[in-house]
Amino acid sequence: MRLLALILLLTLSQAHAQGFAGLGTQADGFAIPQPDPVFTFPEDHGPHPEYRIEWWYLTATLQGMDGTDYGIQWTLFRSALEPETSYDWTAPQLFMGHAGLTTPTAHFSAERLARGGIGQAGVTSDPFHAQIDDWHMYSTATDGDAYDALHLTARGSNFAYDLNLTANGPLIFHGDGGYSVKSAQGQASYYYSQPFYAVTGTLNLPDGDVPVTGTAWLDREWSSQPLSDDQMGWDWFSLQFEDGARMMAFALRSTEGGTFTSATWINADGTTESYGDGHIALTPLATTQVAGRTIPTQWQLTFPVRGIDIQTTPINAQSWMDTSFPYWEGPITFTGSHTGRGYLEMTGYE
Amino acid sequence: MESPLLDLRDIHKSYDETPVLAGVSIGMDVGETLALTGESGSGKSTLLHLAGGLDRPDSGQVMVQGQDIGQLDDAARASARRTQIGLIFQQFNLVPSLNVGANIALQARLSGRHDAAFCTELAQRLGLDDLTTRYPEQLSGGQQQRVAIARALAPRPALILADEPTGNLDEETGDAVLSLLLDLVADTNAGLLMVTHSTRLAARLSRRIHLSRGILEAA
Amino acid sequence: MLYTAIQSLSSHWKRRPGQLAMLAIGLALATALWSGVQAINAEARSAYDRAAATLGQDQLARLERADGRPVSLDTYLALRSAGYLVSPVISGEIRDANGRLRVLGIDPLTAPAAAQGPALDGDLDLSTFFTAPGLLLVSEATANGPLPTDLPPITISSDVPPAAAITDISTAARLLGQTDPSYLLVAPQQPFGLPPLADATDLQLRAPETANDISRLTDSFHLNLTAFGFLSFGVGLFIVHAAIGLAFEQRRASIRTLRALGTPLRTVLLALGIELAAIALVAGLIGILMGYLIAAALMPGVAGTLRGLYGAEIEGILRFDPYWALSALFITWLGAAAAAVQAMIRTARMPLLAPALPRAWAQASGRAMRVQTVAALALFGLAAMLALFGQGLIAAFLCLAALLIGAALILPGVMSVALRFLPTRGAFSEWVLADTRQQIPGLSLALMALLLALSANIGVSTMVGSFRSTFIGWLDQRLASELYITAADPSEAAFLMDAIRPDVDAILPIVSADQRLFDRPAQVFGVVDHPTYRQAWPLLAQSENPWDQLATGNAALINEQLARRENLSPGDLLPIAEGLPIVGVYSDYGNPNGQAIVSLDRFADTYPEVQPFRFAIRINPEQAPAMASRLREEFGLPADAVTNQDQVKAFSIEVFDQTFLVTGALNILTLGVAGVALLTSLLTLANLRLPQLAPLWAIGTSRATLAKVELIRALGLAMLTFIFALPVGLALAWVLLALVNVEAFGWRLPMQLFPGDWTRLFALALIAAGLAALGPALRLARIPPARLTQIFAQER
Repeated sequence: MRLLALILLLTLSQAHAQGFAGLGTQADGFAIPQPDPVFTFPEDHGPHPEYRIEWWYLTATLQGMDGTDYGIQWTLFRSALEPETSYDWTAPQLFMGHAGLTTPTAHFSAERLARGGIGQAGVTSDPFHAQIDDWHMYSTATDGDAYDALHLTARGSNFAYDLNLTANGPLIFHGDGGYSVKSAQGQASYYYSQPFYAVTGTLNLPDGDVPVTGTAWLDREWSSQPLSDDQMGWDWFSLQFEDGARMMAFALRSTEGGTFTSATWINADGTTESYGDGHIALTPLATTQVAGRTIPTQWQLTFPVRGIDIQTTPINAQSWMDTSFPYWEGPITFTGSHTGRGYLEMTGYE
Repeated sequence: MESPLLDLRDIHKSYDETPVLAGVSIGMDVGETLALTGESGSGKSTLLHLAGGLDRPDSGQVMVQGQDIGQLDDAARASARRTQIGLIFQQFNLVPSLNVGANIALQARLSGRHDAAFCTELAQRLGLDDLTTRYPEQLSGGQQQRVAIARALAPRPALILADEPTGNLDEETGDAVLSLLLDLVADTNAGLLMVTHSTRLAARLSRRIHLSRGILEAA
Repeated sequence: MLYTAIQSLSSHWKRRPGQLAMLAIGLALATALWSGVQAINAEARSAYDRAAATLGQDQLARLERADGRPVSLDTYLALRSAGYLVSPVISGEIRDANGRLRVLGIDPLTAPAAAQGPALDGDLDLSTFFTAPGLLLVSEATANGPLPTDLPPITISSDVPPAAAITDISTAARLLGQTDPSYLLVAPQQPFGLPPLADATDLQLRAPETANDISRLTDSFHLNLTAFGFLSFGVGLFIVHAAIGLAFEQRRASIRTLRALGTPLRTVLLALGIELAAIALVAGLIGILMGYLIAAALMPGVAGTLRGLYGAEIEGILRFDPYWALSALFITWLGAAAAAVQAMIRTARMPLLAPALPRAWAQASGRAMRVQTVAALALFGLAAMLALFGQGLIAAFLCLAALLIGAALILPGVMSVALRFLPTRGAFSEWVLADTRQQIPGLSLALMALLLALSANIGVSTMVGSFRSTFIGWLDQRLASELYITAADPSEAAFLMDAIRPDVDAILPIVSADQRLFDRPAQVFGVVDHPTYRQAWPLLAQSENPWDQLATGNAALINEQLARRENLSPGDLLPIAEGLPIVGVYSDYGNPNGQAIVSLDRFADTYPEVQPFRFAIRINPEQAPAMASRLREEFGLPADAVTNQDQVKAFSIEVFDQTFLVTGALNILTLGVAGVALLTSLLTLANLRLPQLAPLWAIGTSRATLAKVELIRALGLAMLTFIFALPVGLALAWVLLALVNVEAFGWRLPMQLFPGDWTRLFALALIAAGLAALGPALRLARIPPARLTQIFAQER
């Protein structure tokens, strides 16, 4: 669940916000996530046009042969103007791709927009293939889940990458079996992940190609409801611990100063435990001037129940996604009670 | 020692290499009225123009109130004309687009010495008080010359230069205009240098000189 | 002192308000015509710029098929999935009985930033824009103009070009029934590591259009307008020059008195300058207002001209631009200063003591006249060289300018010589002629102005007249069919044709397709083999049996424009289908674009997607009205879907006349200005001439006779000017028709002479001269004898 997509949703759907009594009601025809979901695969790996918003969101922490840290992001957002689809110019399904590549000294980003329906962008579930222009994420799995093996490419004005991903663990489901609550008022989404990828591939940088290896994390989420009015921003962490465990944690910042937090603990074998509001605490330790804004780039994350007290440091504090709705997203390392790597997304800092 | 009002010393002037004045010297004191007579072409108008700073001599000095205006540049001579000298022409030379009142006040205004009361007084003395809103073309020659006299006197110049002021007027009108001019010159304590070819009129002035072929002769 | 000097000098105008009015009118007219033309040009240019900047065409390259037909959607998608940043545009025209609209459908999601233009500005509701029924963005004028019916909702947006709508590509696709992009816009920066775009596609890559076709095409028209504006400005300055000269002459004595009374020369000049600047300010403001009104009044005509001649869309509405007003005012001052230079120099040089001898202020010596004549002959030589060897529109206009300026310069000499050879009877007429010769230098500027105005008038009216009669003759041949039908769609057309076929002599389908030929927009028509065409289409050049060859399907006819532009002649190949030999060239007046005709079968093979929905009917003319009403009543065709020949002709001629409305209006205005110039010159001379007239009066010529002579003299000079203007005007017309027209429009017209027009113009010239001379002559007739006697007194 990432706030960015919600901003996109809100922006594109202003008409509905103005034209109807409120979002999230059934009146506009979009389906609403319900508790106790039952997922079927490979269908649910594909698009859900009856929901307003959906994304395929992959981040990878990578290292070159010389040990240099890198990170990449590949995201395809789907945003529906109407809960239906067609196969011509009029299809009300819009797609937005974001690609990012972070090195210790540089950050590259790219954005693509397209409408579904004519074949410029779209997602199929069997075989699984998500695409916008020449950016692809498709399944190379010969058996098992379609997400077990993926091929990933993207290209911007001054970078490109081409990666192969292999999952070393099962899909995991956030919240209550994949029903993830986003606010005290009960807004929710369907949310599952594949956090166990091993990655090999090549980064194409202005100075030349760099072979890399590393780990990756894929998020799948769809919903029709926006956040609460008072939720202004979002700090989201995916963390990989040295013992093979994983963790997802986020805090939604309220305009009143409070936060709504949520976390999922993922054991190395793929078993999970979900933690609702109030179990984790996030404290900014240092800020950086990024694109004219003050962004907290070093954090303290405490999770007393799990005995976690760590400090995170970005690989590149200037990991700014210079897209239509700009935000900070980049690889991090952490030390403290535990050490490891991860990815951080921060939105809503003006 | 007070310098003379006008002191022309050894003036030479030629036009197109034809000598017009060949060494003329004239002195004039405050309050004096001097008639300059001579035949046509004798150089009397030229002498008057030099005295009025309208032109410069080839050699010699034109001292007006102790200042050699012949040595001044155009702007300074213009300033001397505005403030020290009043000119009266045979052709009257009124500005046709200005009415009588404005014509009378013109030079006084230009020189920054405008005195409305004095202008009114001049108009009364010259019998123009009913005519101030008329335009020059609506006046007789005698009336026009009276306007020109008022204009010349209005800034209270020290020296009045008149070139055949009655030349375009009949004898009777001319006599009347001259009487007024002499009265006013006396009242304002100015000096008058008048060019005329009439010995009869010249006789009414305090002193007379005669110019013949560019040289002064005793009159 | 300065204030008193200004007051004294400017009191002159209070006494002579007529002169002041003349000066102001001259300045105002000069400003008005010049600034009016500038306003029109600026408005049109900004319309072109907006059109050129639409969708960032001025910054973005585009990809299109060499033949101008749509790019297939698959080609577009292949480029996108290869990683290239290209964005589709679906464009086309929708047209019905109510109006027409060019629709530009863009894809805001892929459009490069430069192309987003108005579509994504402000608080546009994207969802409404993207989803049916969609949203059309149009300019305010377009929204208020005639539009086709059944359009999606409309939103006003500035920066949308006239007669066009910007909308989402999905809406355009639906409105135009076309899913394939018309062309693709190319983002300036392409992604990392891709081969050059040109290597990745067969489509043609067209560079950004900094100056688009329209502004190139219309350059000649605007040059034309500018030339007219400049001519009027110059003629207006003649008036100003004359008025200032007159005022100077009349104030010579006052200026001398002021200086004698001790006003320095600097102060006098400054006073004159301030006075003129103030008059120029007021007159300039009046002129700007008049210019705006003239421009606003002419604007619809200009819009009509541009649409009719070039297919350029501008709104017939004038916006007020403060920058334009300021620059016009500046030009007024500059013009006033230029016109006053001579008078100022004279004032500065005027000796304080020289006897007040009035002399003709504009007296030019015989030597000046000789210099002018030599210069004129050199200019004529230059004009001839340009006509013979010049290339391009600029050369044609230079030729025009050399011709006109030369004619103006040589005019005093020609007049002088002509007067010398006029027969005389008796001493009095001898004096009149001699006196007239003497007056020519003083009147020469005004006469030159009159000559320019008359020549321009003759030249332009000959051009327009030749054009019009050729055009009407051509219409008669072209519009040979009795009825013209427009069906709602091809299927209705097919149904109608089948239904009426038994009752008519012939049905001639009218089909056309847009196609780029030689990298310029063009149209291809398909025609059936029918005597209508064989008889009615005169060919300018042809090979043997062109119509038989055309009927085989393996030949094409092209219009004159295409032939001239691409230097094609019968026997050359036209790149349609596999290449068709050209078998004939036809005239196609008023069409800015290239055109070609092929047989209907060839057309159907080449453009299978184009189905006819318009057709012409050959029928006995007497039965035409009945057939028209039958089509309306029995088949329910709307009234305007059936037009008969006469209607089409009347409409075409109306469009034509509208096209040259501006030229006509400017012509009349220029002539009027020349008349005023003559009047001011005569007024200036009137007083100066008194010393010459007084002796004649003294020796027994009555004032009335003298006045009559003045009047007749003015008429005679106008007549001589007209006689000289005739060959100049005809030469001008020849240059316009044979050089300018060919360069500007791509067709040549046969020159025809219109003596009727000349007679009218001759009368106008005499009336203008007569009116101009009447005032001064009447004044002379009523001048008090005292004024004349005074002259003897003053002339010492």
